[in-house]
Amino acid sequence: MATVELRFSALPEHVRTARLVAAAVARRAGVDEAVLDEVRLAVGEACSRAVGLHTNGGLGTPVRVALIEDEKRFSIEVGDDAPAASGSADASGGHAAESDEESDMGLAVISGLVDDVEVTSDEKGGLIRMSWPTAPEPATLP
Amino acid sequence: MDLSLSTRTVGDRTIVEVGGEIDVYTAPKLREQLVELVNDGSFHLVVDMEGVDFLDSTGLGVLVGGLKRVRAHEGSLRLVCNQERILKIFRITGLTKVFPIHNSVDEAVAATD
Repeated sequence: MATVELRFSALPEHVRTARLVAAAVARRAGVDEAVLDEVRLAVGEACSRAVGLHTNGGLGTPVRVALIEDEKRFSIEVGDDAPAASGSADASGGHAAESDEESDMGLAVISGLVDDVEVTSDEKGGLIRMSWPTAPEPATLP
Repeated sequence: MDLSLSTRTVGDRTIVEVGGEIDVYTAPKLREQLVELVNDGSFHLVVDMEGVDFLDSTGLGVLVGGLKRVRAHEGSLRLVCNQERILKIFRITGLTKVFPIHNSVDEAVAATD
């Protein structure tokens, strides 16, 4: 299971909490200090996007964040319940065009920031997976 | 930390000093401030971001919206920012080509291009 899991009501005021928790867990996992700003920004973007999708879709379910510490990588998964039809970037209907633009900008920032990122969605909802290397173990002496 | 906003005028420029975090929760306050200034006839804005700790795409969207509004009145929107972590977001989104970004408020106030 995830190292830390977070579920929050899809409201903008909780996105900051998700950022703070993600950064704290990433730091503990050994993600480089210099990269923590990127982690904070990327998870914030993913959560803001999920909150937007839930709000626009009138969904009352929470946004899910899983923070996963592996041996060499730290991963974050942000899950929403917006079905692909209304959630995917290429399905912009006229009335939703503006909010789609906003969520696209969020995705643009994420892909600009994170090397390892995967965005998927199906009829049940969407998932953004991102990961960062954790600091290598200090070299062992011969 | 929340968002702090204060405004003052220097000549024909209005300086908007922003502090704290600009994100999906606080960005609407910044949007309201910019809209109010333009509605009140301030078309040459300098947004001082030296006190900003965090900026996301929602904040970028608000700044772009502000730029559109002042341009409709042949105005300008300049940014003051020296922080690498904030500048990086403007670079990866290509917005460094859209906004004039200055090192200091004095420089932004003096700029005329």
